[in-house]
Amino acid sequence: MGIAAASAPWLERLRAALAAVIGRLAPAVAWAVGGILVLLLAASAAVWLLGRLRPQADWTELRQRVRTWWVMAGVFVLALGLSRRVSLLFFALTSFLALKEYLSLIPTRRADRTVLLWAYLTIPVQYMWIDQGWYGMFIIFIPVYAFLLLPMRMVLIGETSGFLRAAGTLHWGLMATVFALSHVAFLLVLPPALNPHGAGPGLVLYLVFLTQFNDVAQYLWGKTLGRHKVIPKVSPGKTVEGLLGGLATTVTLACLLAPRLTPLTGGEALAAGVLIGLGGFIGDVVISALKRDLGIKDSGTLLPGHGGILDRIDSLTYTAPLFFHFFWYLHGPLVTRIQ
Amino acid sequence: MNRVARAIFFWLVARPLVLLGIGLNVRHRERLPAGGPAVVVANHNSHLDTLVLMTLLPRRLLPVVRPVAAADYFLRNRLLAWFSLRIMGVIPIERRGRSPGADKPAAVGADPPAAVGADPLSAVGAALGRGEIVILFPEGSRGEPERLAELKSGISRLAERFPQVPVVPVFMHGLGKALPRGSMLPVPFFCDVFVGEPVPWSGDRKLFMQQLAAAMQALAGEGSFPAWD
Repeated sequence: MGIAAASAPWLERLRAALAAVIGRLAPAVAWAVGGILVLLLAASAAVWLLGRLRPQADWTELRQRVRTWWVMAGVFVLALGLSRRVSLLFFALTSFLALKEYLSLIPTRRADRTVLLWAYLTIPVQYMWIDQGWYGMFIIFIPVYAFLLLPMRMVLIGETSGFLRAAGTLHWGLMATVFALSHVAFLLVLPPALNPHGAGPGLVLYLVFLTQFNDVAQYLWGKTLGRHKVIPKVSPGKTVEGLLGGLATTVTLACLLAPRLTPLTGGEALAAGVLIGLGGFIGDVVISALKRDLGIKDSGTLLPGHGGILDRIDSLTYTAPLFFHFFWYLHGPLVTRIQ
Repeated sequence: MNRVARAIFFWLVARPLVLLGIGLNVRHRERLPAGGPAVVVANHNSHLDTLVLMTLLPRRLLPVVRPVAAADYFLRNRLLAWFSLRIMGVIPIERRGRSPGADKPAAVGADPPAAVGADPLSAVGAALGRGEIVILFPEGSRGEPERLAELKSGISRLAERFPQVPVVPVFMHGLGKALPRGSMLPVPFFCDVFVGEPVPWSGDRKLFMQQLAAAMQALAGEGSFPAWD
């Protein structure tokens, strides 16, 4: 009794905080969050049903995967709803975890420890440009300045054996985990005038939801109809049926969601769906190729049922920059200024 | 040992550092001891090793976790001795020679470790008698990062004296990359932790050491680690 009485004001406060989070989101975004909730409930129900229908099979991994989806979706929505700074911190943290995972998987040189520290430091700097909304710096900082600085720092150490491999792998990792991923964050800080429907968060939700849903759809289509392998040397589980089924699902959803979350026209939404569906597939198999090269199955154990963080954001490393520049070209500030 | 200061340090420094700055991939976590007395035996690459093992063990056990540490290193000045004894709760032992002070000067400026006697491991035995969990690095020193050195046989004497106490081997990889010996600059790397089944006391010290070494090698073989040189 005492505990219940003591926790009641806490519960009230929690309820108020949740209401505030939802209140901060634009109505369209709040609806989308509701849609995600329904999908998650459906996934949980499906897993529960499967366990009931075929109790002899082992559903542990699927169960874990759905549970991790709940956590990821919860953290993502919370990060999006709390404040702009919190959202940016969340994306910076994702970049950090992804880069850390990458650098832990690949061969590195002992001499380069300090260089790796500099590489990590690009993360706060890159997200600082985004916080300032400084597009020019955001778009060149990693591919120009970081790329020029890191080899210089390596030269100062003086270890030339394996230099090219070390510089090349580090730069590739920075591009995938920091530069590409930070495009999601820059969508978030775009001026609300560019997207009257849900501003930055609407675009982020559109991109991230479609990318992740595309992964799931390709997996489900492949599981049910998959016959012909697409790219057996890299990813034997991927099939033509999965790819096309997933693509069709994603394009349909992209067209349905676009008027609610984005300023994209019908034709643009269709193109965005193709971009995200195909880009997601390519991002996925590119990271698969990397893992195959290193001789590992999962990139880590951070997300039970999914693997590591790279396993989850692999598609996003392609879809984020592709969708961002697609949007920037069609609806960016330059376009509006000219009109 | 100052339990409050220890808990504060653990929750505000050690745990965030280990879980966020480092990050752990743990295999067979369920094999870790759920209570004392127990001995956790691990390979030693970095000062971070102890913090990782303390983070891994169930939180409620924090007050009874006692890392064994070399007196000549960790009690070498007053500040470090205070931190080692009060916060980390180390059991200081003499690293070389059976008789104290024979080849090593006693800690300068600090109270000499209370329990250093004829047997350097007697204080460890006392801790096990109290039902505590002892962390031991039988390589004796951090050595070359990410290289498993020969195990010192002191642990087998403990196992002989306490045949019922489980000796759990743990192999860690990556901490030597994150903070190797001789570096003050930690660099984030995920760390792989492999927990083994307890090595049972076999009735013979030599055989026990062979079994322990084999268990460590087997754990190391469970992972594939990228080159680092």
